[in-house]
Amino acid sequence: MIRHTLGRLATTILIAVVLAFFTLPMLWLASAPFDDTPTITTSIPDFTLRNFSAILDNPYALGSIRNSLIQGGGAAALVVVLAALSAYALSRVRVPGRDALLYLLLLLSSVVTGTAAMVPIFELATRLDLIDTHLGVILVVSGGLLPAAIFILKDFMDETPTTYEESARVFGASPLQILRHIVIPLVRPGLATIAVWALASVWGGFLFQFILLRDPEKAPGSVILYTLYTEGGAPKLDLISTFSLLYSLPVVAMYLFVSQRYGFRFHGGIKR
Amino acid sequence: MARPTSAADAAGLGRTRAVAFVLPALTLIAVFLIFPALWTIYLGLTDYRLTGLAAADPQIVGLDNYTGALTDPRFLTSMWLTVLYVGGSAIIGQAGLGFTLAWILRSRTGPVRRVVEGVVLLSWILPSTVVGFLWFALLDRDDGTLNALLHTPGFAWLLDHPLLSIIVFNVWRGTAFSMMLYSAALENVPPSHLETARLAGANVPQQLRDVVLPRIRRHILTNLLLISLWTFNDFTPFVLTGGGPEGRSEILPVYVYRVALRDGQLGVGAAISFLILLINLLFALAYLRLLRGRRRDREAAATPGPPA
Repeated sequence: MIRHTLGRLATTILIAVVLAFFTLPMLWLASAPFDDTPTITTSIPDFTLRNFSAILDNPYALGSIRNSLIQGGGAAALVVVLAALSAYALSRVRVPGRDALLYLLLLLSSVVTGTAAMVPIFELATRLDLIDTHLGVILVVSGGLLPAAIFILKDFMDETPTTYEESARVFGASPLQILRHIVIPLVRPGLATIAVWALASVWGGFLFQFILLRDPEKAPGSVILYTLYTEGGAPKLDLISTFSLLYSLPVVAMYLFVSQRYGFRFHGGIKR
Repeated sequence: MARPTSAADAAGLGRTRAVAFVLPALTLIAVFLIFPALWTIYLGLTDYRLTGLAAADPQIVGLDNYTGALTDPRFLTSMWLTVLYVGGSAIIGQAGLGFTLAWILRSRTGPVRRVVEGVVLLSWILPSTVVGFLWFALLDRDDGTLNALLHTPGFAWLLDHPLLSIIVFNVWRGTAFSMMLYSAALENVPPSHLETARLAGANVPQQLRDVVLPRIRRHILTNLLLISLWTFNDFTPFVLTGGGPEGRSEILPVYVYRVALRDGQLGVGAAISFLILLINLLFALAYLRLLRGRRRDREAAATPGPPA
């Protein structure tokens, strides 16, 4: 009995310590943006919203959110469209060596990471004139996201019955029409998952954007944050904390949306 | 037009159109994933530089970049730091803490579980630069929250313990994946088996060893391989320490960045990139073997991509 009570006590203390460990760094994000004179220390703020108007005046802050949207949205759209097309074809037509190809691509996408491909990607982008363009970031990240997207979407496509497609075909629908009007509506949860996943990856991504974009006019929020320093090299805390909060909100909102709609657990969750 | 199609081809795509559907994606993958991987091999054999004479006319130097890197004390230090970083933050930290959380939360429902899972997940989904500045604010020398809490003003965590800082940071950042994976795995352990073991007098370590471990062994391997692979390739610590001071937290991704793009030695950087690629390949092949074995066991698992 005593052992049991001690066990419960130890568990409770452990949970409290873990909670403190995980919330402590986040406190600053909740307090500093509203603080009149933010320092690095977390404190009860002298409440103000002035930091938010200051961030609006920063020449790059709002633009960088637009850049994030362009790059994230562009990559999400490209990945969803291309992955849906090829997942459908791979699911419905028996190509020799199909499964081996998929596994190989998946293997490659996890092996050729930003770290491992930093130099050739930079070189390739330079030669294709993609440095300092949104298109460059979109193409590079899409190449990395596509294999996993195709893999996951093909699973979804395999699950849908083919009888609808057969009857549509009897009535003379073209393959593209069948894909658009019959298959896409059936696998919409899968497409939404891929879109959110791609958008979130690009939104939080740093390495490729940092390497491929030199011009602050084109940089997304994740890179701009890293430039909010004064000329003396001290971080501009009011701007950094406020911008951090603004930049985090869409990701958190997306996560809440996905977990509400589709669940966020591994089994019976994200997949179906 | 009315070409006979196989029974599986319900939409009447046919080979030609199927290829046309697959081609755009494959082209993109070929250009931005496969080609860079192959090009790394070639670039790694040259003395290519970002600027200067060797930028205009790179020469093949054979394996010089590799022998140069393998005898460069800074590379070897970086390699060792990476081993410590992956071992400490992924294998011990994330997997250990993730399992512990999954274990103590498994029988709980209600607000405690939701709050703990919520904050752990939140630290996983926040954008990496934001997270970097959160920890910067926490660990700062003069005004950091941690020093204020511990009453250790002026203690420079990032300067005096840079490696420890990024290890703890990465545990904080990535525990969510392990926690969720082990939560799912523990659902495969029938509570009745644990109950029986408990009634037979087994204490918690014995229960874990004899009842839980045999059932989740594959999940543990999956988890360790994936988080090691991701942590090994993680560039985020750069936001926190920039590799410094004096390279004391310069893990391999940061080392490659410094050598290739800051110092402009693209050839050397490519050679090290290729070494990273080979190490990644080992991890991934081990994982694929595991996944295939599991498919055979009729127990497919969905694994999403690396954290955003």
